[in-house]
Amino acid sequence: MQDRETVLSVRDLNVKFSLRGRTLHAIRDVSLDLYKGESLAIVGESGSGKSVFVKTFMGLLDANGWIDSGEIVYKGHDLTKYNTERQWLSVRGKEIAMVLQDPMTSLNPLKTIGAQILEAIELHQGLTGEAAHKEMISTLVDVGITEPERRARQYPHEFSGGMRQRVVIAIAVACRPKILICDEPTTALDVTIQAQILRLIRSLKEKYELTTVYITHDLGVVANVADRIAVMYAGDIVEIGLCEEVFYQPKHPYTWALLSSLPQLGIKGEPLYSIHGTPPNLFNEVKGDAFAPRNPRALKIDFVKRPPYFEVSPTHKARTWLLDPRAPKIDPPEAVQKLSTEGVLGYE
Amino acid sequence: MSEEREVLLSVRNMDVCFGKKKKLFKAVNNVSFDIYKGETFGLVGESGSGKTTIGRAIIRINPTTSGDVIFKGKKINGKISKELDRQVTREIQMIFQDPMASLNERAKVDYIVSEGLFSGERIPEAERKAKVAKALAEVGLLPEFASRFPHEFSGGQRQRIGVARALIMQPDFIIADEPISALDVSIRAQVLNLLSVLQKERGLTYLFISHDLSVMRFICDRIAVIHKGVLVELAETEKLFAHPLHPYTRALLSAIPLPDPAREKNKVLEVYDPTQHDYSVDKPQWVEIEPGHMVWGNEAELKKYREIVSK
Repeated sequence: MQDRETVLSVRDLNVKFSLRGRTLHAIRDVSLDLYKGESLAIVGESGSGKSVFVKTFMGLLDANGWIDSGEIVYKGHDLTKYNTERQWLSVRGKEIAMVLQDPMTSLNPLKTIGAQILEAIELHQGLTGEAAHKEMISTLVDVGITEPERRARQYPHEFSGGMRQRVVIAIAVACRPKILICDEPTTALDVTIQAQILRLIRSLKEKYELTTVYITHDLGVVANVADRIAVMYAGDIVEIGLCEEVFYQPKHPYTWALLSSLPQLGIKGEPLYSIHGTPPNLFNEVKGDAFAPRNPRALKIDFVKRPPYFEVSPTHKARTWLLDPRAPKIDPPEAVQKLSTEGVLGYE
Repeated sequence: MSEEREVLLSVRNMDVCFGKKKKLFKAVNNVSFDIYKGETFGLVGESGSGKTTIGRAIIRINPTTSGDVIFKGKKINGKISKELDRQVTREIQMIFQDPMASLNERAKVDYIVSEGLFSGERIPEAERKAKVAKALAEVGLLPEFASRFPHEFSGGQRQRIGVARALIMQPDFIIADEPISALDVSIRAQVLNLLSVLQKERGLTYLFISHDLSVMRFICDRIAVIHKGVLVELAETEKLFAHPLHPYTRALLSAIPLPDPAREKNKVLEVYDPTQHDYSVDKPQWVEIEPGHMVWGNEAELKKYREIVSK
């Protein structure tokens, strides 16, 4: 893993927002290396900062937010130093493209599908006229849209949700990016369509040699797409590792809690594990382990000192005092053990 | 076992249509099912399948075009007496998907929770207050929350307010339309646990409408699958997962994302192709293929299903 080529490197990133005269610390000292050709999934609940985190890669923070410290290195440039739209335009779409959750809001309702894809092709691939048109049609074929010539002349409202999401993906890959960020790409879609879209993104990733980053709260989707998983809680990556490591040998109590509350691991007729309380208020300074107040088995030190990362394997690390050699041995909850020994119930 | 159980709600050959004449759209087509007292009955389908419309037709928000809805032995669809209408309003309650949108943001929790009480006979103010406090306590909220507004609560708490609003009417039957879809994973568990505790304590019956089969498997006793307004299969939960017969059910089950990489990465996706059914001559029917297991199909398909079942 060490010798893999890093495409994007985030170091000690801090992002803050100013809201009604108060400061919200949304991202707290996050570091992450994104490897070429991998598929990374960032998991977390709403408000954990996962969307904000990837928005910083594209300079898309809301006006009241700023990068307080840290760096984001892409191709030798520190993106946190970018401050003009012009500089950002060399990255957005061209290098890093994004697919958003709701395809209805990310498409222009007044332009035909073809025109919207053409725009990306002309801008980013430098093609014009007949060549651009040809490219547009072949992109539509790539994303699985039949009768591309006819469909290209149609407007977004003439497409179903799943088809619209295919169009959004077509626009994203038409920019020929190196990194594709998918922010909850299938949340608004039906399950059967969801499975098809995930399969499509995976096949495009191979074809265009993309590095993909998925943001999602759905652990089922994560299991499907991820090579590596980063678990975010309260603006921090609390655990990161290979997909199998995070699912089968999770180390952080928050990851345990998240997995235990899955209905697929519950026993019918018995209460499902649920996490008490609410995530910490990031307007206030977080002391110690952010998850400690909701963790029934938190250690004393969890309330005092923020844990560093402990390495579990060369690819797997977690921010929890439980991994300190001096810590008492606490076994993961039963449901988590069940997941690694028996797995979840499938069908048939 | 299903023969002796008491039927609380029975839907018979129900059609719900929208629009008129040329633009007529049949959202629900000839749907029949029974819900037994005390069970959790799941209705699963994709967006636009008509699952919500069925719920709304039962609670009389959408009028039925034909067929019967029978609740506790009385027909409750179409024209009914004022008295019966009042009884239905009280005894059937609904919980909605988005707790942000379904609570009046201008009203205090006190009013939101007790609004239903104003529809019947007047009750003394002190009694109303006591009822609000009791309903809030039952869903795990503090009595002082009554004087707050919905925006002061988290998603999970808001959904509890929605549940309290239904409970205060002391219903027998609750229609929960995607009650946890808008919630985060950890909060889902809280709401699911709450619903199951309330069911045990009060003997409630639920109609649970959702698109999420993994949640339904956990809480439903029986599940009906709906596709484009037609029920295609109905069975006890584990039977449905173990022996799905209709190709649409199979496709839906195969598509559920499993939070288990070893399984998820090797799963085989089945795609449903509606053109595989040839219903031009041999018309499909809603048939009980084995006790408690209903399926929609024509003679040729049913023959095939019977062979599968007998194995």
